[in-house]
Amino acid sequence: MLFVLSIAGIILNRRNLILLLMCVELMLLAVNFNFIAFSRHLGDETGQIFVFFILTVAAAEAAIGLAILVVLFRNRRSIAVQELNTLKG
Amino acid sequence: MYGYYLTIVLAPLAAAIIAGLAGRRIGRAGSHWVTIIGVGLSFVLSSLVLKNMFWGGAEAENIHVYTWAVTDGLRMEVGFLVDRLTALMMLVVTFVSLVVHIYTIGYMREDPGYQRFFSYIALFTFSMLMLVMSNNFLQLFFGWEAVGLVSYLLIGFWFKKETAIFANLKAFLVNRVGDFGFILGIAGIVTITGSLDYAEVFASAESIAAQNIEVFPGTPWNAMTVICILLFIGAMGKSAQAPLHVWLPDSMEGPTPISALIHAATMVTAGIYMVARMSPLFELSTAALGFVIIIGAVTAFFMGLLGIVQNDIKRVVAYSTLSQLGYMTVALGASAYSAAIFHLMTHAFFKALLFLAAGSVIIALHHEQDIRKMGGIRKYMPITYWTALIGSLALIGFPGSSGFFSKDLLIEAVKESHWHQGPTVGDQITYWIAYLSVLLGVFVTALYSFRMFFLVFHGKERMDAETKSHLHETSAVVTVPLILLAIPAALIGWFTVGPVLFENYFGDAIFVSENQDVIGHMAAAWHGSMALLMHTVRTPVFWLAASGVFSAWFLYLKRPDIPQAIQSKMSGIYTLLDRKYYFDDLWIKGFAAGGRSFGQFLYQRGDQMIIDGILVDGTAKTVGRLAGVMRQIQTGYLYTYAFAMIIGLTALLGWLVWLR
Repeated sequence: MLFVLSIAGIILNRRNLILLLMCVELMLLAVNFNFIAFSRHLGDETGQIFVFFILTVAAAEAAIGLAILVVLFRNRRSIAVQELNTLKG
Repeated sequence: MYGYYLTIVLAPLAAAIIAGLAGRRIGRAGSHWVTIIGVGLSFVLSSLVLKNMFWGGAEAENIHVYTWAVTDGLRMEVGFLVDRLTALMMLVVTFVSLVVHIYTIGYMREDPGYQRFFSYIALFTFSMLMLVMSNNFLQLFFGWEAVGLVSYLLIGFWFKKETAIFANLKAFLVNRVGDFGFILGIAGIVTITGSLDYAEVFASAESIAAQNIEVFPGTPWNAMTVICILLFIGAMGKSAQAPLHVWLPDSMEGPTPISALIHAATMVTAGIYMVARMSPLFELSTAALGFVIIIGAVTAFFMGLLGIVQNDIKRVVAYSTLSQLGYMTVALGASAYSAAIFHLMTHAFFKALLFLAAGSVIIALHHEQDIRKMGGIRKYMPITYWTALIGSLALIGFPGSSGFFSKDLLIEAVKESHWHQGPTVGDQITYWIAYLSVLLGVFVTALYSFRMFFLVFHGKERMDAETKSHLHETSAVVTVPLILLAIPAALIGWFTVGPVLFENYFGDAIFVSENQDVIGHMAAAWHGSMALLMHTVRTPVFWLAASGVFSAWFLYLKRPDIPQAIQSKMSGIYTLLDRKYYFDDLWIKGFAAGGRSFGQFLYQRGDQMIIDGILVDGTAKTVGRLAGVMRQIQTGYLYTYAFAMIIGLTALLGWLVWLR
């Protein structure tokens, strides 16, 4: 449920790149929940250890993401998603 | 003799190169001297060769000079086969060529392309010598194409003249048709015998004749017949036999010395020479000989008729050349090869003489060629008059002239030929077509030759006053060649007819099978030139020629109104003749235009529409259009890509979970 919510966030969001990043974080959290739940359900601790790894990577990723965001804002004076369409063919 | 042969061939080539490349440096006099010396050297050496053959009893020589390439067992060589046939041809070629060289000094005096012209005619002499001296088919083909090329260059010598360019292209293309047959014939020989060498091919002639080829599946034809007919198609192109004759009259666009050298005396006889050289092959195929004789007969008679209606002095002579070539071809078809070669020789002299005389008249009249605007030139140009008279008399076969011996005996040979003795109806039909054509051809020949002769030299003076005031005999460089040619044209028959025809001059050079040996048959009844001369009054040939001359005299001098009346009465026939039996139209409007519109169709429909339009541009356009649709998907927004990824991922997962 949380995962689908975050997907919807990514797709529907047209305004703010920060929201997008938050949705990515949310998605990772959803995955973490899955890991923990299944680990508990199956009685296997490996899943819980994975969550730690993912949390670390997620933190690093958020830092990099925010840094890119800052640079982007400096360049374009905007972080609106709908203006980022230079990839358009 | 090896050195002789090499010099004979290479001297004209060297002269041609010097005059062609360094023509500007050595000047006009330099270039005519160098080529005359080159060709003169060839002539002197050729005379020595012939003398050695004839009086010295020298044997035929087959010399290998150089191996050009060996591919897959097929040797391509340069070599000389010099036997008595070759020696005779060499002498004729170099003599006529030498005379024409001298004549050209006078004819081309004011032409800016003087050096180029000399270079070309010396090159022609080289090519022709390569052709006649060859000992293999490849070199024969080289010479064949080289004379074709030089002929192309020379017909279009005045390259600023629209008609000359048309004529040289026409000559080239028509010759291509013939050459295509010729090379197919050579290919056939190589396929069967695996050799290009004359000696080897002739040695295996029997085995070729024993084989069949299926050109079209299911219809086996005798290999020898197919090869001989293909080779003869080549000869038809080069020797201008119907229906490939159309290029020769047009080739009169070139300068007159060329008409004399190439289109009368030498190049056009290449086909005749080739068939005589291939006699060991042709003898083994009666069907091919039948083809040859019919083509020759048609050409001899019908082309002669065309000569009657022509008004251009050179074209009249050109049509008479066609007709005489037809005579030679008929002789070939009747297995009288030596008669054909003998006529070739005498014809070379008197036809070159006639052309040069015509050229002399043309110079004197400031390049006027229409015989309706001539007349009465006799008293202004006595030397030209007398030499032209000798030439015309030789052409019609006046008793005692060279043409008399060759033509009379040629007709006799046709009469006595194996076609006459042939048992089947087809043989008889062939015989009658050939015999009647050559016999009636005599009358026609006499009529057109003397029509031209009377219109030019006798009668009213129809040129304008301006031209008339300048009219005088041409200079010595023109008249001396005329006299030089007039001597053999008048006399050569007397002392050559016996040796060449009846005393087995050619020996092994010409092969005639036992039951077709008409010349050998006639030799039994041969009692010398004088006896033939005495006998002639009793033959139809003499009376036909005489009546031809008389008709010409009556119609064109005595009563010039009658031809007009005939012309208007029989306008249908006149138009047919004037349009040259519509052969030109057939080739130009039929084949050439057909080819062009077919090409146009292929170009527009095939190339532009299908290949360019659909395949090349079509592919590009399809990709472009498809991409145009596809690029709509690429919005550039991150979320669309993410959405697509997720859709894909879900689909993949769904497939993994439910469908596997």
